[in-house]
Amino acid sequence: MATATENAPTRQGPKLPVLKREKLILNGRSYHWITDRICGVLENRQPFLWWLLFIPSALIAAVGVGGGLFHLVSTGVGVWGNTNRAMWGWPIVNFVFWIGIGHAGTLISAILFLTRQNWRTSINRAAEAMTIFAVMCAGIFPAFHVGRVWMAWFLAPIPNSNAIWQNFKSPLLWDVFAVSTYFTISLIFWYLGMVPDLATIRDRCKPGLRKMLYGLFSLGWRGGNRQWSHYEMAYLLLAALSTPLVLSVHSVVSFDFATSVVPGWHTTIFPPYFVAGAIFGGFAMVLTIMIPARFIYGLQDLITMKHIDNMAKIILLTGTIVGYAYLMELFVAFYSGAKYEMEAFKYRITGPYNWAYFTMMFCNVIAPQIFWLKSMRENLWIVMIVAMFVNIGMWFERFVIIVTTLARMWLPGDWKYYSPSGQDQLLFVGTIGMFLMLFLLFLRFLPCINIAEVKWTLLESDPHFDDHEDHPDDGVVVEAAYQQELQESAGKA
Amino acid sequence: MSTTRKRVYGYLAEFKSASALYKAAAKVRDAGFRKWDCHSPYPIHGLDGAMGLKRSILPWLVFCGGATGTATAFALAYGTQVLLYPTIVQAKPVNVFSVPAFFPIMFELTILFSGFTTLFGLLALMKLPRLNHPLFASKQFHRTTDDAFFIAIEARDPKFSPEGTRALLEEIGGTSIELVEEED
Repeated sequence: MATATENAPTRQGPKLPVLKREKLILNGRSYHWITDRICGVLENRQPFLWWLLFIPSALIAAVGVGGGLFHLVSTGVGVWGNTNRAMWGWPIVNFVFWIGIGHAGTLISAILFLTRQNWRTSINRAAEAMTIFAVMCAGIFPAFHVGRVWMAWFLAPIPNSNAIWQNFKSPLLWDVFAVSTYFTISLIFWYLGMVPDLATIRDRCKPGLRKMLYGLFSLGWRGGNRQWSHYEMAYLLLAALSTPLVLSVHSVVSFDFATSVVPGWHTTIFPPYFVAGAIFGGFAMVLTIMIPARFIYGLQDLITMKHIDNMAKIILLTGTIVGYAYLMELFVAFYSGAKYEMEAFKYRITGPYNWAYFTMMFCNVIAPQIFWLKSMRENLWIVMIVAMFVNIGMWFERFVIIVTTLARMWLPGDWKYYSPSGQDQLLFVGTIGMFLMLFLLFLRFLPCINIAEVKWTLLESDPHFDDHEDHPDDGVVVEAAYQQELQESAGKA
Repeated sequence: MSTTRKRVYGYLAEFKSASALYKAAAKVRDAGFRKWDCHSPYPIHGLDGAMGLKRSILPWLVFCGGATGTATAFALAYGTQVLLYPTIVQAKPVNVFSVPAFFPIMFELTILFSGFTTLFGLLALMKLPRLNHPLFASKQFHRTTDDAFFIAIEARDPKFSPEGTRALLEEIGGTSIELVEEED
């Protein structure tokens, strides 16, 4: 057929070189090296620096969380700086801050898994651990913020003594379900992902209590393909379940604000804006923790500059989304013509809290823009400093949203400058100590990098690897075959 | 003479790489074995096909689990809010039109129930947890979680024979072939 020749595929333009895939694990490390290096982190004596960090953070956790909560419960929530108007204050700022931190872990483990971003394998375990610990820190605040913590069971869907049920139409109850589901699913995901690696540690232990414990938690894993087959499916399912879950959690947190009729809160932009902010802040925390850990334990071949570069790019992207949301909020306040909305935003920028507003703007919107430059993404000091800025900026974002709004709501008689009390600060610093302490314990007892998945990303793990040995550059071969096919199809016609 | 009797579990043979294991698996499958498994430090893609395994049924279990979650949340919210004890909060009505307000919790419980079904369904399908397994008696098997690739063929397979199976494993490239025995 004449028309077939005319429609035959022809390639226009110059022949493009085929780029080689960048290696995720450097220096051609063997399987055994990977096992040794990752298990070495928890089998060897911890470096002096570990103790130097662990002892203070454990003390801060004990004094801040243990002591702080003891004082709070034995005295009453009045020890916090919350007032009748600013009834949320620091506790809820801290709750939203910590919940947000967790989101990077789930994003890395679930969304990057579904999109086949294999670079995630080196960082997903630590990021998931961070999720769990951050949600634990977050949970403290609302649980004690209810006032009488022994009544916190009222949050659970069981009728109280008057046979009255919870209000299922309330975003606060949605939050209870969202956060507890998030914690449970993250824990399942984290633990199931760890089972093969726990078996690796079990198989390296000498017989004894240690071997028995790792043996119990590895469930008798044997690495048989009849297990892997179901396991891979379970992992895929959990990733698919976690992806909408992680998007829903911070959306539900934002509903706490967005469904109220309060100027500055009542906006539809909140759910996507909160989710982007959570991922932004979470990645900053991953970098803050992983860059030092990578040096201390010599994991440079596993967590490479490519990983850091990718995370810096995600911070740049989400930071820009957050910046867009900030500006859009201002624009909509202006464009809506709603007087109270305009006043709320004017108050944020020019009122007594404007220092917080500009700190937030600088840390979240301006600071990450430096990541447009490749040289800056490659400089670990710069990356670390920007990550620190983002950590601070994201805390201030929640402060700006919650405090500036509550301090000046509908009734002028209620207007008052809010400041936190010493107890507020003590508990927040305590949760930072608790987070660090839990993370250091994680490094001490559990495999901090996903051993099985990292091995899987090596080129020789492909069962067809041997078939490629004769032609090292696939691209050339594919291109040659394609050209030949073109010539043949042209010849036939 | 020791009084413990030993029972043969089967043969364990090592293969040098993922590719070797993959090719050998196809041959064991074609030889008609049923009770056997490939052990590797990480999941090898395509090995399910080479072993002749069917796709996992786990998604169906999880679907049922998830649907139970949705139904539970709906029953919980609708039943308590609309049927059992209608409570009007902030002038919001309680009737069939309040259902959209129940969606977040229906979604969360769907995920929660699905997650639990995934966990327990997976454990059931993998026949785990178990405290011990005959293969752990092998001196080399611990390397499967590090860098070794094994095929284990069980003695209870009808095609199993002490000589024939060993010869097959040798023929398809297995090394360090070991007869694994468990204490009876």
